[in-house]
Amino acid sequence: MKKPELLVTPQSVEHVAALIEAGADAFLIGEQQFGLRLAGDFTVAQVEEAKNMIHAAGKKVYVAVNALFHNDRLEALDTYLQEMQRIGVDALVFGDPAVVMAVRELEITIPLHWNPETIATNWFQVNYWAERGSKRAVLARELSLDEIVEIKENAKAEIEVQVHGMTCMFQSKRSLLGNYFLYRDQAMEIENRKEDRNMFLHDKERKNKYPIYEDANGTHIFSPNDMCVIDELGELFEANIDSFKIDGVLQTADYVNTVTSLYRQAIDAYFEQGEDAYEDIKDDLLAQIEDIQPSLRPLDTGFIFKETVY
Amino acid sequence: MLQLITNEKIRETKDGKRVIVKKPELLAPAGSLEKLKIAVHYGADAVFIGGQEFGLRSNAGNFTIEEMVEGVEFAKKYGAVVYVTTNIFAHNENMDGLEEYLQAIEGAGVTGIIVADPLIIETCRRVAPKLEIHLSTQQSLSNWKAVKYWKEEGLHRVVLAREVGAEEMQKMKEEVDIEIEAFVHGAMCIAYSGRCVLSNHMTARDSNRGGCCQSCRWDYDLYENKDGEEVALFNEGDAPFAMSPKDLKLIESIPHMIELGIDSLKVEGRMKSIHYIATVISVYRKVIDAYCADPENFEIKKEWLEELSRCAIRPAASSFFEAEPTYKQQMFGTHASKPKWDFAGLVLDYDADTQMVTMEQRNYFKPGDTVEFFGPDMDTFQMTVGELWDDKGERLDVARHPLQIIKFKVDRPLTKSNMMRKENKK
Repeated sequence: MKKPELLVTPQSVEHVAALIEAGADAFLIGEQQFGLRLAGDFTVAQVEEAKNMIHAAGKKVYVAVNALFHNDRLEALDTYLQEMQRIGVDALVFGDPAVVMAVRELEITIPLHWNPETIATNWFQVNYWAERGSKRAVLARELSLDEIVEIKENAKAEIEVQVHGMTCMFQSKRSLLGNYFLYRDQAMEIENRKEDRNMFLHDKERKNKYPIYEDANGTHIFSPNDMCVIDELGELFEANIDSFKIDGVLQTADYVNTVTSLYRQAIDAYFEQGEDAYEDIKDDLLAQIEDIQPSLRPLDTGFIFKETVY
Repeated sequence: MLQLITNEKIRETKDGKRVIVKKPELLAPAGSLEKLKIAVHYGADAVFIGGQEFGLRSNAGNFTIEEMVEGVEFAKKYGAVVYVTTNIFAHNENMDGLEEYLQAIEGAGVTGIIVADPLIIETCRRVAPKLEIHLSTQQSLSNWKAVKYWKEEGLHRVVLAREVGAEEMQKMKEEVDIEIEAFVHGAMCIAYSGRCVLSNHMTARDSNRGGCCQSCRWDYDLYENKDGEEVALFNEGDAPFAMSPKDLKLIESIPHMIELGIDSLKVEGRMKSIHYIATVISVYRKVIDAYCADPENFEIKKEWLEELSRCAIRPAASSFFEAEPTYKQQMFGTHASKPKWDFAGLVLDYDADTQMVTMEQRNYFKPGDTVEFFGPDMDTFQMTVGELWDDKGERLDVARHPLQIIKFKVDRPLTKSNMMRKENKK
């Protein structure tokens, strides 16, 4: 069995240092213009700074270029990819085939990770993109454990799954918050739609609260619960999943640091002391997360144990 | 307003006049065999249908293979073709039966499939190579380089994301030699298609396998969490936060789309009625034909726009094609209303000697009602209903029963499959 990588999403260069300390193996960073729903915005210079820090610690850094690109951003994308090549990051995370085309044209040698969010749903797709240069697939969050395991068994690329945090339910190109304010003639509220404003939609019927914000990529709406499977990792370990992601979008740095160190303990217990050691501590690890969990964000296990119909 | 460019590549001189010879395909939805026949009869060049599996409208009436065969045969008589939607994102469990299914579609004489998942693309290429492969809008195709990617993968056509505007389409056409299909009319997702799993979270129904329950059209309240306190960002009596888009309507942009060289103009709505399909398709047909026949002197007729509004139940807008939509292209605090006109009857037969029409009733009507007849082969006209009889020659005071056979006098000629609608006064 192979020890899975613990992947995190730092908010800033300073946060990278704290997360190295907390035991993360890999870091996903990027810039809003190119990457979707990042925990923080890194300029090219900051990517370079973070990369130096991360490589010095013997860890990996991946850069998100998984936006849905429109024509007007393609040129900037080319320049950005060349900058990433120069900096020497460890992977480019993409969803749009335009990135595959650009990487071929520009002879970029950085490995690709395929992450089209909701539409990575079966093992054939994983292998399809592997044949086109993708070293890893990031699976849709809407898959069950059985589906994840079966994909891994048939995959010719590494498999990354989210184990903790919010998941995105919706992306629109429209400015839905801005439109709502303008409709109600409240132009002064327009500034009030960024991710740091902690806005949410209340669904009275389901008693759910869905975080929402707008950025250069449109309007994003998130799950009402934070996914957490720290006490359900056994089968994912056995399945040899290659990377566990803790998505820190819309969480505080302190929260992400603690969660990272707890998953670190879970992984190390299982692989260094054995399955029983993990079984012994997993409930306590979960309890420690529950202790710091914001009251507005109930925990659940995402779709790991939830089947969908259609 | 966007400026209309004159595209010489699509023109030829005929009888001393510059006309457009490269007409785009008018592509209609068809949720059943009856709808397919109506769509083709009313002027669609192609229809898209769903089969029993692998499609995204699990609630739409979907076609068996036998029905596909019949639909293809019918369409062929009109020179029209049939595409089948197989645009789910499959999970592992959906892989079984795919090969046999694609072979059966190919065997039915279908021209192509509309597909999003590389699993289905690659399987189709291997087991049913005669089928054209069209990339579904579920892939949210938004830039020319991605279009080029799918061209190099051997796809025949791409359906663009609904978020793509006119200038972007123009660039795609310039950069890549591939057929482009774009939506012109009907309901639209407010999210990037494929990038919304609200249904999965709210009702455990998988939106990307046909289970979408349109949670985006529900009302929500918007709050801000300020230092742990929940502050409402709306006032008492304000319309709630809503994500309901107005329907798409690009009838007035059709000349522009033709000049851009868009290959297929797609009308959405496999769940819609035959009256809706007949109305929408016949109006778009008229606009496309009129513009191509004489682009210099083309003007959109007010009566066409009025006719199109007859079947609308939601407000419509030209979202994205001309400009990024604003709040004006969304609906707040209002919901779908009744259409202004109801479908009242389908013409089965017309006797020119007696001027008697034989009609299948589709909605309540009675003597004295103002009704309107329309069809692909006639000018729309209105009249007042006179005396009514049933199929046994019994006098009727009203046409009350759905599918009842009704006869009455109409002094202008009609043909089978013409339709009658009645103003909805409520």
